[in-house]
Amino acid sequence: MVDVNEEGFFEHPEQWTREIASQIAADDGIDELTPQHWQVIDFMRKEYFAKGTGPTVRVLGKTSGVTVKDLYLLFPKGPAKMAARIAGIPKPKGCI
Amino acid sequence: MTRNIVILGGGTGGTLTANRLRRHFDHDDVAITVIDQDDHHVYQPGLLFVPFGLAAPDEIIRPLQRQLHRHIEFIQADIDMVDVERDTVVLPGGREVHYDVLIVATGATLALDETEGLTGQGWMSNVFTFYDLAGAAGLHDALTEFQGGRIVVNVVDMPIKCPVAPLEFCFLADWYFTQRGIRDQVHITYATPLDAAFTKPIAAAALGDLLTEKGIELVTEFNTGSIVSTTDGPGALVGYDGREVPFDLAVVVPLHSGAAYVGRSPGLGDDLNFVPTNQATLQTMAHPNIFAIGDATNVPASKAGSVTHFEGEVLTENVIRFLEGRELDATYDGHANCFIETGFGKALLIDFNYATEPMEGHFPAAVGLPLLKESRLNHLGKLMFQSFYWHGLLPGRDIPLIGADMPTRGKHRPTTKTNHTTQQGATR
Ligand SMILES: Cc1cc2nc3c(=O)[nH]c(=O)nc-3n(C[C@H](O)[C@H](O)[C@H](O)COP(=O)(O)OP(=O)(O)OC[C@H]3O[C@@H](n4cnc5c(N)ncnc54)[C@H](O)[C@@H]3O)c2cc1C
Repeated sequence: MVDVNEEGFFEHPEQWTREIASQIAADDGIDELTPQHWQVIDFMRKEYFAKGTGPTVRVLGKTSGVTVKDLYLLFPKGPAKMAARIAGIPKPKGCI
Repeated sequence: MTRNIVILGGGTGGTLTANRLRRHFDHDDVAITVIDQDDHHVYQPGLLFVPFGLAAPDEIIRPLQRQLHRHIEFIQADIDMVDVERDTVVLPGGREVHYDVLIVATGATLALDETEGLTGQGWMSNVFTFYDLAGAAGLHDALTEFQGGRIVVNVVDMPIKCPVAPLEFCFLADWYFTQRGIRDQVHITYATPLDAAFTKPIAAAALGDLLTEKGIELVTEFNTGSIVSTTDGPGALVGYDGREVPFDLAVVVPLHSGAAYVGRSPGLGDDLNFVPTNQATLQTMAHPNIFAIGDATNVPASKAGSVTHFEGEVLTENVIRFLEGRELDATYDGHANCFIETGFGKALLIDFNYATEPMEGHFPAAVGLPLLKESRLNHLGKLMFQSFYWHGLLPGRDIPLIGADMPTRGKHRPTTKTNHTTQQGATR
């Protein structure tokens, strides 16, 4: 069992596994996670554990090695939120 | 021995901090130097009024050095980099300026080239920003000639300076075209990456209602991928998700970054060139003798002049403590306070901090300006602010009754639950 909030974000990122990621992705309409998906997912987890929050789309585009355009192709429902859900980390913090 | 405080940027935060520190320290003990690329200072809140002919460019601009007290050295230069390890600022041509304390106050810059097509064919003819003086002046001409059609106001992504300014632009556009008698010929759309009109839920609901009331279309969760424009025909914003918003005139708030030299200074900035800064003390993570203020920081507060002003009090106190070898304990609570111009001579006022979102009531106490409600008094407050900016805020005088800490007297806590404060922890 994993704990998620009402929007489907993990409350305890350490409960995440790669198998669970594939399941969440499938539920979200991504049938198969490609190496490029994994590149983004792994990057998001690394950033989260280093900085305490997941990166925004713009920062992902600058630092993950995948362009913002491609990020939207990989995660059509909005890369930051969708990839964060699949990567098992809390929702990236918004801005004011 | 004389010690050196070097302040990078002579805008709102740099100027008010330089003046406050100058008043505290004897100039034989502490030398203060301000470095800025420009020799003029723009009152940026005035940029909102220029497109509508409510302010002329020369009314909102003044010589930069004249805002600095005597005994503050001014160097006009485009900063090359900061060598954090050697306590040195490097200027073009290799000139070096040594510091004992450095204050980063270089604000935010507009990253125009990060959005595909923004500066394409229609740039400055039917695609504008009012976030700089040239754009605001160009937009004034374009609005004067506008006879009808679609106007879109678009925020590409957060963070931006003064997050309410694009909404104010929409409200003023509604007023402007009503005055000209052609409001029914103009379709106004506000396209935002947020899921509502504004970031803070209670204010977002109030502002969303105002948009509806004024017949302004709200498009949410719109992430601008590119802008297609021609010199004189219609264009469109194209979202990453494929949605398109057509326009005859686009008013775009571009992406913001920190100053480029921050990126050239190892260890100083984050991925967007903002400076990671302790949100309570304003000391940076880069080095104990480097502080930061205003739009240049990554603190989770709005990028606003009011925030910069309240931060200035805390920053000054902490720089004094640091130089005296005392522990920093002055704390900034995230206090922000904005007038929101709503057109027809009225404005709203919101007041909030890191932990509390804007709510209804009065400011700064039960008898005062109405919060989150349109009123003529708030509009006058917004107009009077420019005079206070030049004569009170920049010289570093305190405003009676209004300090850095957010007041809670006179506010009505809503009965609905408002545990949205975790949303504010923005570190982009
Ligand atoms: C359209 C608009 C409307 C606004 N309305 C409001 C409002 O109603 N209320 C409110 O509170 N705030 C408002 N603001 C925001 C407010 O103006 C800013 O938040 C405030 O000025 C920030 O102060 P700062 O000192 O951090 O930066 P700034 O005042 O922008 O100063 C930065 C300085 O650094 C200098 N600089 C930058 N890079 C370099 C470099 N490489 N080398 C040398 N010098 C450099 C610049 O020339 C500039 O002088 C508005 C802003 C805009 C754009």
